[in-house]
Amino acid sequence: MTGETPVMIAVENLTRRFGDFTAVDAVSFEVKRGAIFGFLGPNGAGKSTVIRMLCGLLAPTSGRAALDGVDVVRNPEAVKQRIGYTSQQFSLYADLTAEENIRFFGRIYGLRGALLRRRADEVTDLSGMGVYRKRLAGQLSGGWKQRLALACALLHSPKVLFLDEPTAGIDPVARRDLWDLLFYLSSEGKTLFVTTHYMDETERCSQIGYIYMSKLIICGEPHELKRLPEVTPPGHRRLEIEADPPTVALESLRRREGVADATLFGHAIHLLVDERVTEERIRDWLNARSIEPSAVREIEPTLEDVFVMLTRRRASETADKRPGVGGGGRG
Amino acid sequence: MLRGLFAVIYKEILQLRRDPATKFIFAIPAIQTIIFGFAIDLDVQHIPTAVWDMDRSAESRRLVEGFHNTGAFDVVREVGGGEEMRREIVAGRTRVGVIVPQDYSARLLSGDQAAVQVLIDGSDSVVATNATLTASLIGQTQSLARAGLSPKTLPLEVRPRVLFNPDLIGSHFYVPALVGVILQFLTVTLTAFAIVRERERGTLEQLVVTPVSRWAIVLGKLLPYAAIGMAQTVFILGLMRFLFGVEIQGDLLLLLSLSALFLLPSLALGILISTIATNQAQAMQMAFLIMLPSVLLSGFAFPRETMPPPIFWLSHLIPVTYYIQILRGIILRGAGMWALWPQTLVLAGFTAILIALSALRFQKRIA
Repeated sequence: MTGETPVMIAVENLTRRFGDFTAVDAVSFEVKRGAIFGFLGPNGAGKSTVIRMLCGLLAPTSGRAALDGVDVVRNPEAVKQRIGYTSQQFSLYADLTAEENIRFFGRIYGLRGALLRRRADEVTDLSGMGVYRKRLAGQLSGGWKQRLALACALLHSPKVLFLDEPTAGIDPVARRDLWDLLFYLSSEGKTLFVTTHYMDETERCSQIGYIYMSKLIICGEPHELKRLPEVTPPGHRRLEIEADPPTVALESLRRREGVADATLFGHAIHLLVDERVTEERIRDWLNARSIEPSAVREIEPTLEDVFVMLTRRRASETADKRPGVGGGGRG
Repeated sequence: MLRGLFAVIYKEILQLRRDPATKFIFAIPAIQTIIFGFAIDLDVQHIPTAVWDMDRSAESRRLVEGFHNTGAFDVVREVGGGEEMRREIVAGRTRVGVIVPQDYSARLLSGDQAAVQVLIDGSDSVVATNATLTASLIGQTQSLARAGLSPKTLPLEVRPRVLFNPDLIGSHFYVPALVGVILQFLTVTLTAFAIVRERERGTLEQLVVTPVSRWAIVLGKLLPYAAIGMAQTVFILGLMRFLFGVEIQGDLLLLLSLSALFLLPSLALGILISTIATNQAQAMQMAFLIMLPSVLLSGFAFPRETMPPPIFWLSHLIPVTYYIQILRGIILRGAGMWALWPQTLVLAGFTAILIALSALRFQKRIA
């Protein structure tokens, strides 16, 4: 494809208030066609309110949102024809078989006769549901339930798929398979809007938005976010240290002068340190507890680091504004 | 406006076919009809009665026999004192106590007025009313006989003739109305549950992101349940006709059409409940909240004419009140549309209001 990739979702100053409470506060972002947009944030931050507005279920208090150029407020029905949605909990009919669910949603989307049969076969093949066609949806395992939900959401060939925590509570193999399916759909030009709590999954997204206390505090591609100055403040660098036992090593590095942050990441320790802290000094600190590090190397921040840094910053800012209310001050 | 209606109906039928509760669609009304139809009987018979006969004469025995012969009283106990009789009544073993004084026969023979005391347990007002009436009647007839008079020689005779239910069989009065009460209960709970279940299981959330219209969701659920409701109506009417022997005097077709009309406000009431209740337990409670006045104030159990004015007016707000009038009118009195048009109009009004209200609330709640 030549030229600019078209914008599929455009959100401008989207705001939704419930009484005095502002659930979504002036959120703006764009998602390009074929993107996998990872939408993150703690529970209650406003994620689902944004999704409900984008699906045309909830009218914004102010601001605008358009999906494939269709205004979600003015033409919610046209939006519904363009989107597929899978919810966090299983929300298909447990007492219908996989096939009956697929056919029901096909009919709902206005598919009939030969077209319905063809599309039902296509999504069944795509999701790999074939073997479980005749099984009651309620008796499927978590991973297969998600695949069935995805199949039902794909019947009408939507341009955008909203997936609310699609991998919550399913086993790692099913999770990997599901992501492979999502990558395939993205390669086919579908735009995916995914919410998740798993940090490793955010690394798989082509674009990330992070919503915290009703505000979108960051939005961009993962590599852009990792280079944000707030994440690695000027005069600081990030180090990864391999040492055994890691927990003891971590304790010996915490609360040292020049160490801004220390955390365990798998078997390694991730440090955010002042540039003046040399590798020698770190080795000294560790040797004091008779630990010899097997490796010390400079690294890029992970997305988890990005979220932690930005959330802390935002929390301390709000705490400053409202004296007496402690925010994120757990040390 | 009705996009996806047939898809929803078809899905609903698939689910009904698989729902184990569907097996009881006819069993529940059958059990309810049989229990209510046989249990509710206001013809008071065989009231357990205790007798304390201090006189023990031929006259006193004739009096006690008179009580027994009416069929209303069963003399189950002879007691020997006032205290014993009181205990019998307090314990509930007997409801009526007849006390014949020692000088009963002596006074009768000497031409004086003899007094017989009848104690009646007022804790069951229906039994007490009947017992009082029957006891007074026994006194009158026996007095007339002693005075050498027969009722034929009295100057005035009242000849009551009961139309439509000449034998005053209680079940003929109750069972037709029972059709209305049971039908309302089943349709209200079925619909309320059907929608609340979709919300509870999250499937409603999935439906609303599709282009299916709200009306299609509502009607798609209503129509299959309306069909079940109609089938139940026919079934209960069949039980009424063949088990309780209540013949339908009027037009069966009119009865069925007006039953269909009554189903609509009941189903709409069910939807209304489903827009308020968040789970099935709440829906059940609300259904009961509607059922109580429907049973007590609709004229099903107690005549509305004797209710105090505010309650009487309240009873006008209950759809089943009108349906019961229609049922009794057509089944017992053979009434036709010429007589039932006011009730029909009111039901149509209820239908319009309730459907509009439930659809409106449904629209709001669902988003």
